[in-house]
Amino acid sequence: MLDKTGIAKRIAQELQNGWYVNLGIGIPTLVANYIPEGIEVEFQSENGVLGMGPFPFEGEEDADLINAGKQTITVREGASFFDSATSFAMIRGQHVQLTVLGAMEVSQNGDIANWKIPGKMVKGMGGAMDLVASADNIIVAMMHSNKAGESKILKECTLPLTGVGCVKKVVTELAVLEIKDGKFHLIERAPGVTVEEIVSKTEGDLVVPEFVPEMQL
Amino acid sequence: MNKVVKNVEEALIGVEDGMTLMIGGFGLCGIPENSIAELVKKGTKNLTCISNNAGVDDFGLGLLLQTKQIKKMISSYVGENDEFERQMLSGELEVDLIPQGSLAERCRAGGAGIPAFFTPAGYGTEVAEGKEVRIYNGKPHILEEALTADFAIVKAWKGDTEGNLVFKSTAMNFNPMMAMAGKITVAEVEELVPAGQLDPNHIHTPGIFVQRIFKGEKFEKRIEQRTTRKRS
Repeated sequence: MLDKTGIAKRIAQELQNGWYVNLGIGIPTLVANYIPEGIEVEFQSENGVLGMGPFPFEGEEDADLINAGKQTITVREGASFFDSATSFAMIRGQHVQLTVLGAMEVSQNGDIANWKIPGKMVKGMGGAMDLVASADNIIVAMMHSNKAGESKILKECTLPLTGVGCVKKVVTELAVLEIKDGKFHLIERAPGVTVEEIVSKTEGDLVVPEFVPEMQL
Repeated sequence: MNKVVKNVEEALIGVEDGMTLMIGGFGLCGIPENSIAELVKKGTKNLTCISNNAGVDDFGLGLLLQTKQIKKMISSYVGENDEFERQMLSGELEVDLIPQGSLAERCRAGGAGIPAFFTPAGYGTEVAEGKEVRIYNGKPHILEEALTADFAIVKAWKGDTEGNLVFKSTAMNFNPMMAMAGKITVAEVEELVPAGQLDPNHIHTPGIFVQRIFKGEKFEKRIEQRTTRKRS
């Protein structure tokens, strides 16, 4: 089973040379720490920066320089700043090649819910609806089940949707799943995790091939 | 044309109860701190505030929520503010949550004379309820309308007496579009210089969009999520 770092490491393997990438808050942010050797990517944050670098050293934080999670950041050489309209032009205009974000629920036709629990939690969608409606390539980083042990990999989402039919790939602590033809497809299993466990924790329809390789991290 | 006003009091003359205000900033980054403090002092009520976020409990627009001066918020993300969540869930505060890119574009459109536009963001979600849907390039899009405001209040790093503005780093965010969409746009700046001192090649917001400009008395620039790494 993977921890959050493991999920981030596995997603980092998806990065391709020359991509511009938007990382959401939480586990997705960690992906930046595990860029494979020889791969050059640039990170976009929707509050208006391309070319994000690592977090600043203590004492070097700049209140005017943050990411979309409101964390202090630095920029790499060649970075640029822009306004929010330009930022979402990059996103909607599909100039950003990959979006990685978290989710509360994902369904087998690629729907995603991650912004609202009616009556309980309403934080808002931020940029998530623009991101999922536009990106060609969306990877969701999430836990397979909620704290009560109920699957979050579903036939249909129960929470208010963020986007419809948009998620292509899901990486959880247990598995890598692809979504196509209205079903989840088991691509890889996490180290030490059995196919049976993944099947039992997946509520949506899951296609399991004869051989399911273990992730190489 | 000289746009300079003496101070924040003069900058906000004409802001009245029930008005719609755009307030620049992303989180606590690039917010017009001095103007928000002045709005608290003025006690203007029943405001509709268009702002990406709602500040935190004791800073940014959170200050105007504490004093219950805001009737309605139009935002994309409000997750950092307990008082906001309480007022919203209890029904005291009207809230319109809209996708961040749509919010930015609606402000831009408002300032650019585009009454509405189609976007894919929000199709198939609550956001699309009651909105016209059209298919372009095989994909459904929803109709979103432009936003304007009685006053747009923005914050810039540098400005000149003509109202030209330069923003710093990610403190730019929503400020340029909001500056375009205000009937009256007020800019508070850290540095106010005479016309001619800013390189015209480096102006982000041309002075035509700004009616009043003043140098903010003090900027706390609070950091919301101070995140650092260790020196190895």
